[in-house]
Amino acid sequence: MRYLPAFILIVGSVYALFPILWLAVASTKTPGQLFTTPTLLPSLTGGFQQNIRYLFSLDGGVFRQWAASSLLYAVGGGVVSALVSTMAGYGLAKYRFRGRGITTGSLLAGIFVPGVMLAIPQFLLFSRVGLTNTYWSVLIPSTLSPLGVFLAMIYAQASIPDDILEAGRIDGANEFRIFFQIGLPAMMPGIITVFLLQFVHIWNNFLLPYIMLADSSKFPITVGLYSLLNRGGTEPALYNLAITGALVSIIPLGMIVFVLQRYWKADLLSGSLKG
Amino acid sequence: MFPALTLTVLIAIAPTVYTIALSFFSTKAGPGLLGTRTEVFVGFGNFVRVIENQEFWNGMARMLLYGVIMAPITICLGLLFALLVDSGTSRLSKFSRVVIFLPYAVPGVLSAIMWGFLYLPGVSPIVAGFKAVGLPAPDLFSDSLIYSSLANIGIWGAVGFNMVIMYTALKSIPSELIDAARLDGCSGLQVALRIKLPMIAPAVSLTSMFVLIGALQVYSEPQTMRPLSNTVTPTFMPMMTVYNQAFSQQDLHGAAATALVIVFITVTLSAGVFFGLARGRRNR
Repeated sequence: MRYLPAFILIVGSVYALFPILWLAVASTKTPGQLFTTPTLLPSLTGGFQQNIRYLFSLDGGVFRQWAASSLLYAVGGGVVSALVSTMAGYGLAKYRFRGRGITTGSLLAGIFVPGVMLAIPQFLLFSRVGLTNTYWSVLIPSTLSPLGVFLAMIYAQASIPDDILEAGRIDGANEFRIFFQIGLPAMMPGIITVFLLQFVHIWNNFLLPYIMLADSSKFPITVGLYSLLNRGGTEPALYNLAITGALVSIIPLGMIVFVLQRYWKADLLSGSLKG
Repeated sequence: MFPALTLTVLIAIAPTVYTIALSFFSTKAGPGLLGTRTEVFVGFGNFVRVIENQEFWNGMARMLLYGVIMAPITICLGLLFALLVDSGTSRLSKFSRVVIFLPYAVPGVLSAIMWGFLYLPGVSPIVAGFKAVGLPAPDLFSDSLIYSSLANIGIWGAVGFNMVIMYTALKSIPSELIDAARLDGCSGLQVALRIKLPMIAPAVSLTSMFVLIGALQVYSEPQTMRPLSNTVTPTFMPMMTVYNQAFSQQDLHGAAATALVIVFITVTLSAGVFFGLARGRRNR
């Protein structure tokens, strides 16, 4: 009975890791071996190298482009959205202006709106302007994050005492200087949290790039692997590539999240509830 | 600050306004051989079509079935893991906390690919396991099991995130409270249920809401299952209907109306859950 908690945690950890471990084993199999060898037994006959080579040479190296695109969207979108959210959150927290209540309210409502639902009209708007199937078509919508603004607002309220801002104003600094030299540094952990959340969200996003992009070279990894899986119906060898590709995508992402989760300030989320 | 705010508002509001506008119109082919398509105001006509669309409600029912399986399990497991990790200080706790969180980093599409293969009879270790023990292997893509299969993917991805939120809330409980309870003779279980749980009630409400919203908008996982199984139709879940209408049927107006109906239901349900829970807390 004493060991029940430990047992449950171990079961939980196995549950979490099992699919990824299976993925590693499965990616060692050649197309011929995938359906014929025992599924939990890795194949040691060089299938892995073969899959990797095939994966990276498919369609002229399109997988590398997918990885680069994913990185571009996630880092670019994440950085810009973290900045925008921070500024917006700071503004909402620290300034009094008419319509502040309404703006905050509609922001909160915006968190409920499925990003998925925005994707289709965004597609239509972008096609009117002729911007679909470009990197911008994914980057620009990715900069929006009502949740990010909300978190930034909470953090600004909690971490920046008004007196410091007042002191700055008395000393004659203009608002921008105050923001950059006082507000921004104080909010840094919050900014990193917002960036992380957005990074993971954009990296994992499927629907927005799926709708916006037609050029497979601009696909992020999510859309790219889906297209492989789709073609696997008629070209079963592509199943192996989908598996290997999934593994290659998960490992670095897992490592990044593993390293960065120390900076994760989840108390930001929980702290917002005390309000 | 105002440029940032305006930008945020614009990117969010403009598409929403456009969707609303779209949903009130429809296209009609004009007269003559080369009838040009013109947009015609049809008022609530599109919304009526959505409500009359049996397949839409079928999708809603399927989504509810998915949600009823996925949401409680995700929240309970997240809570369970959070409590266990909080009570232990061993390396196992730290290890589990990181490992159980990792699936959150995996995109829904990739989770669906992984689990899809883990369900696929030729490859599945689950199926192999059943056969090894001499039992008939379950068809994880069957009409009855597909909901559990899909729910499992959702649970796998979401438990870690919810666990972290609740764990952080647990960490903010003053340890004197716990110590006092222990001195009074409470067992670990009693401490968990009587003290920790009520104190993190806001965090539990918050995660419940996130899970609920996520379930209502489920899209990537069922969509990714389609190449692997015929059980998942193009309109299996409500969001898939929206996509189907917009791009396969070229019916953007219908898609807009459908999307708005889904949002309306989402907002109503989430607000209901949130305020219901809040009121419940205040009355205590």
